Amino acid sequence: MTARQPGVALVTAQVGTASAMWTVVRRDLKSSFRQRQDLLNPLLFFFMVVTLFPLGVSPEVSFLQRSGSGILWVAALLATLLSLDHLFRHDFDDGTLEQMVLQPQPLFLLVLAKTLAHWLVTGLPLILLAPVLGIMLHLEGNSIAVLCLTLLIGTPVLSLIGAIGAALTLGLRAGGVLLSLLIIPLYIPVLIFGTGTVAAAADGTPVGGYLALMAAFLVLAITLAPFAAAAALRISLSNS
Amino acid sequence: MSSPMLQAVDLQCERDDRILFRGLDFSIVPGTVTRVEGPNGAGKTTLLRILAGLNDHFSGELLWLGERWQSQREAFLRNLLYLGHRPGIKPLLTPLENLRALTAVRRPVSDQAMKQALDGTGLQGYYDVPCRNLSAGQQRRVALARLLIADEPLWLLDEPFTALDRHGVAGLEQLLLDHAASGGAAVVTTHHELDLPGMARITLGASPAGEAPS
Repeated sequence: MTARQPGVALVTAQVGTASAMWTVVRRDLKSSFRQRQDLLNPLLFFFMVVTLFPLGVSPEVSFLQRSGSGILWVAALLATLLSLDHLFRHDFDDGTLEQMVLQPQPLFLLVLAKTLAHWLVTGLPLILLAPVLGIMLHLEGNSIAVLCLTLLIGTPVLSLIGAIGAALTLGLRAGGVLLSLLIIPLYIPVLIFGTGTVAAAADGTPVGGYLALMAAFLVLAITLAPFAAAAALRISLSNS
Repeated sequence: MSSPMLQAVDLQCERDDRILFRGLDFSIVPGTVTRVEGPNGAGKTTLLRILAGLNDHFSGELLWLGERWQSQREAFLRNLLYLGHRPGIKPLLTPLENLRALTAVRRPVSDQAMKQALDGTGLQGYYDVPCRNLSAGQQRRVALARLLIADEPLWLLDEPFTALDRHGVAGLEQLLLDHAASGGAAVVTTHHELDLPGMARITLGASPAGEAPS
């Protein structure tokens, strides 16, 4: 074996980034659907917080109509926060994350794919549940439509920003607390504009400007957050 | 000697205010199996993670085909297969799905080839059983099935013999030899008595007496 001097048989054939991202999304979705309690947990939390408000504060129609959108938005935000710790944790524990960092494709795009999978199993169900809870809180049809639209634009932003925090706190023991402290301040603008849009819709003023601003948040988050999260992942893995 | 695939120049690593190794120079040449040895806590895993680019708390140079690998990250990673302590097997997925997720991002592999690889590690009939229902040794075999269909020339294997039975150990040794014979290189850390013909060794220093192994 040592007598021969074989040359290095290098491989150059690459798999396209898009198909690698698709592989990541598919694996994550499959994995999530086999652990359904993890899927239901944020949804159940969302549902319970919203149902407890009329019971705990006031069941009056005027109060619920006024604050319904805020309640729904805060509950959706906290439900997302609740699910963030799982974003990279399982992968970190079983070594999948190391393998992902060692994939030849750009890491930030793989992180984007992972975040997309996370949003599909947490953010999207929240949006689908929101109209039902909106009716329960006596929101008007127009407000419910606008609310769902703001959630549709806003929850991906929450997932993307959350990915940075989840990646940063990965190697820490008390990561959960720190994650909330890091992330909540960054969530506040999204929350303000989300509820502001619905309030404007309820007042009958045009909401185009609000929605455009929220879309700008989303574009900013899609372009910047994966880079930050990818860098944070490298740091966390390097320290583990 | 043919030109080295991976070269380490004056590698030094410090962890928790303790120097794990310093002034480490070695080359990984195609066609060889290299064993990293040393007592617990000597930094074997750390060294392997540094070589894979997962850990950047080190000083010194790492050269891939004579150039710094950071400048050719994609080519380097495509040619590297790293199997860590935690081998990247998702407990909720089946062996076949795990293998597909791990290989499909590197090159397209047919289901048939993956099934053959699983057969080759003795997992026939376990294609569709979630990995968490498999034993530790069987999970290790799922990870090792990757080696059977790997086209990457450089393998970095961290304790690959863990939890394997005698038959599996012999199979893996043969696999390492075959890989070297076909022009690949493997770096292996292990506590198992590994003595292959033509094997190179990197010996890391003993940890200072009285210090708990990390």
